[in-house]
Amino acid sequence: MTTSQPDSNPALRAPRLAIGHLIALLVIIALCVFPFYWMVTASFKDQQDLLAGTPRLFFQPTLENYQRAAANSDLVVGLGNSLVVALATTAMALILGIPAAYALARFEFRAKRDLWFWFITNRMITPIVLALPFFILARNLRILDTWLVLILIYLTFSVPIVVWICSDQFRNIPKELDEAATLEGYSSFGIFWKIGIPLAAPGIAVSAIFSFIFSWNELLYALVLTRDHARTAPVVATNLMSGYELPWGQIMATGTLIVLPVIIFSLIVSRQLVRGLTMGAISLSRVESRSVGSCCSGGFAIPMFQRR
Amino acid sequence: MTKKKTYPTHAFFFLAPAVIVLLLVGIYPLLFAAWNSLHEFILPRVARYGSPFVWFQNYLSLLSDQSFREALTRTFVFLLINLPIQLVLGTGIALLLHKPGNELVKNISRVCLVIPMATTFAVVGLMGRLMFNNDFGIITYLWSLVLGHRVEWLADPNLAFVSISIMDCWQWTPFCALVLLSSLTMVPIEVEEAARLETDKWWHVLWRVQLPFILPGITAILILRTADILKMFDVIFIMTRGGPGSATELISIFIQRVGFRAFDQGMASAQAIVMLVISIVLSRIYIRFVYREI
Repeated sequence: MTTSQPDSNPALRAPRLAIGHLIALLVIIALCVFPFYWMVTASFKDQQDLLAGTPRLFFQPTLENYQRAAANSDLVVGLGNSLVVALATTAMALILGIPAAYALARFEFRAKRDLWFWFITNRMITPIVLALPFFILARNLRILDTWLVLILIYLTFSVPIVVWICSDQFRNIPKELDEAATLEGYSSFGIFWKIGIPLAAPGIAVSAIFSFIFSWNELLYALVLTRDHARTAPVVATNLMSGYELPWGQIMATGTLIVLPVIIFSLIVSRQLVRGLTMGAISLSRVESRSVGSCCSGGFAIPMFQRR
Repeated sequence: MTKKKTYPTHAFFFLAPAVIVLLLVGIYPLLFAAWNSLHEFILPRVARYGSPFVWFQNYLSLLSDQSFREALTRTFVFLLINLPIQLVLGTGIALLLHKPGNELVKNISRVCLVIPMATTFAVVGLMGRLMFNNDFGIITYLWSLVLGHRVEWLADPNLAFVSISIMDCWQWTPFCALVLLSSLTMVPIEVEEAARLETDKWWHVLWRVQLPFILPGITAILILRTADILKMFDVIFIMTRGGPGSATELISIFIQRVGFRAFDQGMASAQAIVMLVISIVLSRIYIRFVYREI
């Protein structure tokens, strides 16, 4: 986002256009923010204001809904579970993904591109395809409804994210640094630890945030693989939506509590987030275009392991 | 062993943990699903009757299963309606954000575009339930001002489909916009300005100058969004549970119902495998056709 210089050729821009441009931008902002704003305000309305047939823009705010949401022990436990699972998943994904990303960016070996591509396509697997067998396997291993089973299945999307973003980041570190360090007597692990990781820290941070957000937001796996002990916050929110007399205010307060930390977090790092997201998307299509002829995709990329 | 391109031991140690874990939690369950799809595997009956091996029976009955075909058709209709809308709107927003001027507002809107994407999908479903509610939803209300009478968004099959589409567009158009915007910034500034001196029609610039640069972004969007729509579960599950009837039952919701509410795991696995194959074939097709010109 560095290129847009203000008024690079003002001769071509009439003031009339600038106003139209401004209005269009304001409309975009309003559309993005409105549903979120509406949910947050709903969470501060009492039942009467909330259920008014003519939506009320102005109302007497109340904290009642939050008191009820906080009194709901399911939600408190759910938020705790979500936090533990998301943090543990992120930590594991970093431990597993960073070295792999480094190897893919730095070392030369056979079928490297296929391997990279395989990591990335793991993200493309449709969750329901994994949820079915995971449910039966977890049932047989008696780990249904535990943090462990969620962490394990969340690794299927968080490790690829880390590999994807970090390998791009490692590739941008000049190779000369490695050579200099080799002359200094560093081992290849030493180079990774003392040079690679510190210099790739921004990318690592972004991939950690992504992995956290995706784990925090996940619903399908959590819905299928947990009952009561390991229920995450989105599952708790889902369960509130059954029955006839819905406690709308409490539901909206719950939704706000779930989503607010993530939104604040991602607004703070929005610049890096956008960069990470788009960099990932574009590097994906770049590499895929090169490997059109090659064999592997989705979960069917196994043959290349036999080539080893 | 070749001399240069081999697995040096350190590369192996760097890669092995991630590869092994992904094989265990990603590939092994997939193979297990493929294996299950060859069995009659109905959970409540497994204890008494076991799970007999039935070869390709599940796949054969899929061929004649009308509800599966309908769920697939519905998913592709959803894809064909929403993907172009999101691409066009996304391109529009990207062009607006790329245009010089109003820098402060542009920065604010760039930040705001992150909000829909970061919102927990389940909560997007909650927002949808709130805004499309028959009695007090704000969209229901605003629309009634236009039409003069109230329509029941989530109770009408077609309108329920429209409302989940609207929520999907709200959440993912910003993603398209941001990807395309970052592609637009890759157009060399001299080239773009030269083009602007030639013509003052923005679509000429878009078509002749910027398009080649945003094609990779478009491919990425096509692939990722297609995968996402085939995955789409949370928002629908909360807003409509696939209803009314089966009007919004896209493929993921459908398979979840077969597998976890009808407990026919063998059948559901067969459906899931078919779906996996479809998504892989689709992404191959995208790459082949969109990239043909480069």
